[in-house]
Amino acid sequence: MSSIVERIPVYEPPKSLSDVSSHYCPGCTHGATHRIVAEVMDELGLTDKAVGIASVGCSVLAYNYFECDMQQAAHGRAPAVATGVKRVRPELVVWTYQGDGDLASIGTNEVIHAALRGEKITVIFINNAIYGMTGGQAAPTTLIGQKTATTPFGRDKSWSGSPIHLSEMLALQEGAAFIARTSTHNPAHLGRTRAAIKRAFQTQLEGKGFSLVEILSTCPTNWGMTPVEALKWVEEQMVPVYPLGIFKDWQADGARSPAAAGAAAKSAKPAEGGK
Amino acid sequence: MTKSASSAPAGGVPVLMKGNEALGEAAIRAGCRAFFGYPITPQSELPAYMARRMPEEDGVFLQAESELAAINMVYGAAGAGVRVMTSSSSPGISLKQEGISYIAGAELPAVIVNIMRGGPGLGSIMPGQSDYFQATKGGGHGDYRLVVYGPATVQELVDLTIRAFNVADRYRSPVMILGDGILGQMMEPVVFPTEKPAEVAKPWATTGRQGTRGRNVVNSLYLAAEELEAHNLRLQAKFAEMHSNEVIYESIIPEGAEVVCVAYGTTARVVKSAIAMARQEGIKVGLIRPISLWPFPDEAFVNLPDTVRSVLTVEMSAGQMVEDVRLALNGRLPVHFYGRMGGMWPIPRDVLAEIKKAAGREAGVAR
Ligand SMILES: Cc1ncc(C[n+]2csc(CCOP(=O)(O)OP(=O)(O)O)c2C)c(N)n1
Ligand code: SF4
Ligand SMILES: [Mg+2]
Repeated sequence: MSSIVERIPVYEPPKSLSDVSSHYCPGCTHGATHRIVAEVMDELGLTDKAVGIASVGCSVLAYNYFECDMQQAAHGRAPAVATGVKRVRPELVVWTYQGDGDLASIGTNEVIHAALRGEKITVIFINNAIYGMTGGQAAPTTLIGQKTATTPFGRDKSWSGSPIHLSEMLALQEGAAFIARTSTHNPAHLGRTRAAIKRAFQTQLEGKGFSLVEILSTCPTNWGMTPVEALKWVEEQMVPVYPLGIFKDWQADGARSPAAAGAAAKSAKPAEGGK
Repeated sequence: MTKSASSAPAGGVPVLMKGNEALGEAAIRAGCRAFFGYPITPQSELPAYMARRMPEEDGVFLQAESELAAINMVYGAAGAGVRVMTSSSSPGISLKQEGISYIAGAELPAVIVNIMRGGPGLGSIMPGQSDYFQATKGGGHGDYRLVVYGPATVQELVDLTIRAFNVADRYRSPVMILGDGILGQMMEPVVFPTEKPAEVAKPWATTGRQGTRGRNVVNSLYLAAEELEAHNLRLQAKFAEMHSNEVIYESIIPEGAEVVCVAYGTTARVVKSAIAMARQEGIKVGLIRPISLWPFPDEAFVNLPDTVRSVLTVEMSAGQMVEDVRLALNGRLPVHFYGRMGGMWPIPRDVLAEIKKAAGREAGVAR
């Protein structure tokens, strides 16, 4: 040691995150979540053995933002693409990054079957209750009463159904080893999101099965809100409909039961706000 | 799981095998190490064969939840640098088109098998050739081409499958085997090669950086118009190269031929029988049998002898390849068409009658 005082960086960009500026809107939490995924990859030393699968949505360019090998998948098919990679190269750590339109609408079949096969992949699922990229149309995750480009009078349950609770559904599959829902609306919750993502990757590293973290996220642009309003909307409107917690954990016995989570979701009130 | 003893058929000597199973074995011998599929008649023996044989070769067989998933698993595995195949029949191949377009756009090598049945819609499980347009003209969205092979015998199915893997790797492009239900179900003696497949380096594959290189990206998205056009120009240059290098066909034109028949796959075998019958009756008839359906063997139509008065195209469709025949001839000769549909196939006697019409040996036929 040449110096008694070690330089300890308080803050520096994760090495797994590319040094380019992203195209995300101001206040969009896609950026924060990217950073967290990259931090976890750094911490677990995954950059050299990971293959990330970008999906179709605002995060389509994720293949430009991470330093590991990347593939870009067709809309909704990222879990199938990840399956193809993982099955032929099981030594790799394979993860997908998907929006709610991608994963919970066009790609429900792929994600459910990946979970039931116990596919050893990690899914980062961004639930922002809307189709961001295409200009703010309704998603299966859109809240009752939420106004979007295709639900101009608010989502009507009798016409287009109720918000989908994908994590609760997936937790029922035996192949699912770790399923959690977290939020991004304040630093404490970002910290919990980080812990969940780390746990999800560890689940894969230990060969336990399918892992997914659903992350309640913002889309200030299409919600017609300021970034601060958007974070508040997540906390006040989304969290009651989408209860946070761990729905399945191969390690702990204390995982919250999906049935309890479902009941909590049912009792949630219709949302206000949204464009 | 312990590796089971190999049930591979012997190489270098004739063995009797069903088309679909021989195709699977050929893929394995070509170094195919992953197969993703979804059940559909009349190709189901192929996935069943792979389910049994792949574990013996340390390969992957996985029954996907749909054809959509299967083709995207192919995308992932091809992107990760292994030889991979999927198979289906007509309706399933329709579902795979988006994925095929992505595979072509991202320049991934893969082999896709279509054992065609009658359409449109759910159609029937009986054989057909009505996916020719879909296979050779694009199928999915965007400007791309597939090398498409139309085998006529089980041996050719084997040889072309092995060739398909090599061509796919050479051009980093998907290749399609376009067979029909008769060929898939038929048993014939085949000889498998004994030589091992060549190892192909794939430095572009997403195999994990492993501390040895920068990251690799498999992608077909180019948001800037100039970049996408440049990408397309690169693809077009590759397709042009495939177009000049990958043509294969059989051509038998006897001296004094009056009519030349054009047919591919199983239909060509029926046509050969009809040609033999015509010969008995003193009518000399030639045959052009495209083996690569894309690139189409235009050159086979260039120097036909002066004795040829017309061309007769025979297909198990309403007339799809006949359009390429007309393009190749560019108006030089009249082109007749005879086709059966819906799972019916032409029989030699009926083809003979059409040959006679084309030769003007029957009254009332305009030439
Ligand atoms: C097959 C297909 N259908 C539709 C589209 C158009 N499209 C692009 S992004 C998108 C929605 C993405 O929304 P989401 O997954 O919620 O991601 P976000 O933009 O909200 O992050 C759609 C429908 C497409 N690219 N491909
Ligand atoms: S449109 Fe919405 S999801 Fe997309 S980058 Fe902007 S804020 Fe984020
Ligand atoms: Mg969304």
